[in-house]
Amino acid sequence: MDLANFLIQLLNSVQYGLLLFMLAAGLTLIFGIMGVVNLAHGSFYMLGAYLAYSLSGLFGSLTAAVLGGAALAVLFGLALEWLLFRHFYHRDHLDQVLLTFGLIYVFEELRSILWGDDVHSVAVPKALDWSIPLTDTLSYPAYRLFMSAVCLVLALGLYLLISRTRLGMKIRAGAFNRDMAGALGINIKLIHAVVFALGVGLAAVAGMIAAPVSSVYPNMGSQVLIMCFVVVVIGGIGSVRGALISALLVGLVDTFGKVLLPSVASMLVYMLMAAVLLWKPQGLFKA
Amino acid sequence: MSTPKANLETLPRSVQVCLALGVLALAAFPFVGSDFYTQMVARMMIMGIFAMSLDLLLGVTGLVSLGHAAYFGIAGYALAFLTPQGEPVSLWWTLPVAVLASALAALVIGFFVVRTQGIYFIMVTMAFAQMVFYLFFDNKLLGGSDGLYINFKPEAKLFDLENKQVFYYFTLACLLAVYAFLRRLLWSPFGRALAGIRVNEHRMRAMGFGTFGYKLAAFTLAGALAGLAGYLWGAQSGFMNPELMGFHMSAHAIMMVILGGMGNFAGAVAGAFAFEYLLHLFKDLPAVGGFNIGKHWQLWMGLFIVLVVVFAPRGLLGLAQRLLARKEAHDA
Repeated sequence: MDLANFLIQLLNSVQYGLLLFMLAAGLTLIFGIMGVVNLAHGSFYMLGAYLAYSLSGLFGSLTAAVLGGAALAVLFGLALEWLLFRHFYHRDHLDQVLLTFGLIYVFEELRSILWGDDVHSVAVPKALDWSIPLTDTLSYPAYRLFMSAVCLVLALGLYLLISRTRLGMKIRAGAFNRDMAGALGINIKLIHAVVFALGVGLAAVAGMIAAPVSSVYPNMGSQVLIMCFVVVVIGGIGSVRGALISALLVGLVDTFGKVLLPSVASMLVYMLMAAVLLWKPQGLFKA
Repeated sequence: MSTPKANLETLPRSVQVCLALGVLALAAFPFVGSDFYTQMVARMMIMGIFAMSLDLLLGVTGLVSLGHAAYFGIAGYALAFLTPQGEPVSLWWTLPVAVLASALAALVIGFFVVRTQGIYFIMVTMAFAQMVFYLFFDNKLLGGSDGLYINFKPEAKLFDLENKQVFYYFTLACLLAVYAFLRRLLWSPFGRALAGIRVNEHRMRAMGFGTFGYKLAAFTLAGALAGLAGYLWGAQSGFMNPELMGFHMSAHAIMMVILGGMGNFAGAVAGAFAFEYLLHLFKDLPAVGGFNIGKHWQLWMGLFIVLVVVFAPRGLLGLAQRLLARKEAHDA
């Protein structure tokens, strides 16, 4: 592998890792703060991708589609939290597993009724439809760099929100001790709704910006969900910093595995997970 | 919540009578039911074994495994590999080998997953099962995404499994044997230790129980019994594909256990029957106008699952138990 090729793979791994981070961050926040295991998180990613497909057709612009789609997804998350999830914060994990598994079926089938079972593609926006030449023969698509940038900005925003703002302080207090935070006058119900909608929004935006690269297809949600689980297990539950580092690690192992060891590539990330579990059963960063 | 009573570990006389009647009904079924339904009930019984094996983890030990289908699939695939293209293979050595393969996989994976707890355990079991899924899905040598055919049912010499009725009774015998074994196990010192781990693992450890070993043993045993179900499934359907070890299959098993009621094995079997029947029902729904209701069976199944979790969190036996409690209160 020469330097340019190596650079391309490196950029690809970072881009994949950051995308996984957007999903895993939402998942781990919802675990860490509400104690809810959400198997339907992958469905929000899928929802985002299909919204990007429909809305970009409607508006004729992916940017407008992403903004409109994000708003729709957040509203959808709020409605879902109010209707179902808020009744499950105190129920045991088994009930949460079943509820969210039932929801996967519902979402998958609604998707099939609304959008059909074909694979769709979403066009890369015109302004980003060019490549950066690396050598005479190799170049890197600008859209992928843009994806990484969007993920980075959102990751930074999430970090600042949680560690530097008043809302973030309340979120952390609620995660640390729900009852005590409630007694101190923090509106825990509102915080939960906000965090849930934030998680859904992040997953949907990830799906939307990934749509032009990965195309839009039926079981994209469950595939990405498993990867998120691996990321969260490696990073440690409830830790956003752990999710970032582990997502980048998984991105590296998966991307370079596919290039260097294609025959065992699909197993490599699981081997990484097993190794981490042997060494640290609680994940790299215990929250 | 997790007292023996709440799990109905000791079944009331009325439930025991129902179970005995149920076994009689199962034994008589091939004489009254059509071929199609006899095969369907045989498949329900196989799922009953699968659900019971998961109940050992879920209801008895309190371990929410979301990857149980992997062990179901491994034994089925083992049968597929052991059966040559053109002739049957002996039941007497392939069954133990297939079950051992599942047990071994459960032992190795269990070594990693049993160290984790709670939500972590759920995610790790699921991730490892997915690894097994991709191992078979991506690998042409292991059948790939198309799966493998099993052209002949295993040969038993003493009886002819190719005969559908004989296969039905063989499955029934397996179901009863597994039930009897697990009921016996539930009340053994080992079973009591597992129940203790469900209620309070820290206390069990403080009392000197090596809980890691107990949980790993339960995980391995559950994997082996899931393997028995998978072997029977492979023999009955003559076909194994990766979907059978996928995430949906694992979640179905959980649904079966919940639907029937956890921790006493009879509930798991009842839940498996109910779940399989519902699947059959939803898939058979007619088309109304241009809308094919049956084609979207997943939607009805999903809504049904959500409704059960919201309104009847402890399943059918949970409802029965609430009624029993009311009757007791009434009698007293």
